[in-house]
Amino acid sequence: MIFMEVSSAAANTTVANYLPIVIQFIFAAGFVGTTMVATHLLGPKLQTKKKLQAFESGIKSVGNARQPFAVKYFLTAILFVLFDVEVIFLYPWAVNFMELGWQGVITMGLFMGLLLAGFVYIVKSGALDWE
Amino acid sequence: MFSLENITNTTHTWLNQTFSPTLALLTEFLIVGVLVIGLFAVLGLVLVFMERKVSAVMQIRLGPNRVGPMGIFQTLADTLKLVMKEGLTPNGADKFLFNLAPFVVMITAMLILAPIAFAKGFQMWDINIGVLYVSAISSISVIGILMAGWASNNKYSLLGAMRSGAQIVSYELSAGLAVLSIVILSGSLSISDIIASQQNGWWIFKGHIPAIIAFVIFIIAVTAETNRAPFDLAEAESELTAGFHTEYSGMKFALFFLAEYVNIFIVCAIGATLFFGGWMPFHIGSWTAFNNIMDYIPSSIWFFGKTFFLIFLIMWFRWTFPRLRIDQLLNLEWKYLLPISMFNLLLMTFVAIMGWYF
Repeated sequence: MIFMEVSSAAANTTVANYLPIVIQFIFAAGFVGTTMVATHLLGPKLQTKKKLQAFESGIKSVGNARQPFAVKYFLTAILFVLFDVEVIFLYPWAVNFMELGWQGVITMGLFMGLLLAGFVYIVKSGALDWE
Repeated sequence: MFSLENITNTTHTWLNQTFSPTLALLTEFLIVGVLVIGLFAVLGLVLVFMERKVSAVMQIRLGPNRVGPMGIFQTLADTLKLVMKEGLTPNGADKFLFNLAPFVVMITAMLILAPIAFAKGFQMWDINIGVLYVSAISSISVIGILMAGWASNNKYSLLGAMRSGAQIVSYELSAGLAVLSIVILSGSLSISDIIASQQNGWWIFKGHIPAIIAFVIFIIAVTAETNRAPFDLAEAESELTAGFHTEYSGMKFALFFLAEYVNIFIVCAIGATLFFGGWMPFHIGSWTAFNNIMDYIPSSIWFFGKTFFLIFLIMWFRWTFPRLRIDQLLNLEWKYLLPISMFNLLLMTFVAIMGWYF
């Protein structure tokens, strides 16, 4: 409530509406920064070579962790980007749903139908199968 | 009757009478900032304690009971211990990204808190795109997790981060579609409008079957999004030590831990707002007498009651279901939850356009 009155009093521009978020961001960064500095100052600093090794359950660490990785994760991320864009498209429609009425429902049904067809193709082509 | 709305209004008027508008504004920013950080610290302590007590009850044991009465100071003692510990940065790690990751995870958690309405007229930031804002900001936290896993240069961390990334992004789709079905009913993205639309009953009761399906999908999806068991592959203790935060120690680890619990609170608060009316008391249609009796319970108690009930539900899942495998996890989302939530959305549009809700 406090911030609402603030933004209307200051200026009714869109940028001023987002001022609380900037302030919140500064506070959040300050909080994390303070705790990080505090733990750095308060904690002991006894750094040995073995301690600074990558942890591998007690045995000597072998090689580099940054190696080629299963492509399935990348595929999942790409599919997510595709579908998430569709979900974002649905937001403005959902807000204006009542004004658009049946016409909006039919249009969106068509959109969802195309989306589902693509989805069926993805499933059939085995993109989501793990061996 | 104590009311948070009155307290904020009195403070606002008093500040404006005493100081110049600019100074009053700055003071308000300061108060809100301190309140948010205070809420954060209290939430972290309370939720970790609650988790330990709930798990103790589920397993018929006592849980923490040494520090303070009933062990309520246990988490505070743990936090103090963590502050005093050494924050290591391993030799192989990317120093900059390694230290940036806790910032990203924590700042996103704090930013999502902004549009949530805690009580009647007690909302930090009432923006007209509230729900969209929450889903947009919450997707940033996955970058922090991937950053932590990659920068650590540890095999466990990298595996955990990759699993976590795939899992969070996948389940976000279902969560988004479940949220959309409530947006269709209320016709607004603003949190306060969504709450106001539940004046004569919560959406879970008014929205019939599609709303119940949407709620079930939502609660499954957010359990996965917050990396909670049975979807805690990202930090599967028995196989990956601690997943993406294996290399983190001291307060850096505590920040990840805190962000995880605050995220649980946030998703449960969003769930309570969308499906259970946020701070709106339990109202039944036009039963004025009954509604008036319900109004006597303060709105903040309604909000926190609903939110903590959902948190309890998520904690209950943890001690009930065994952990899934990564392929089972992604199959569940892509082959079951996503098609179901799409059809559910179509069902919801049909119900809404026919006016079959109250």
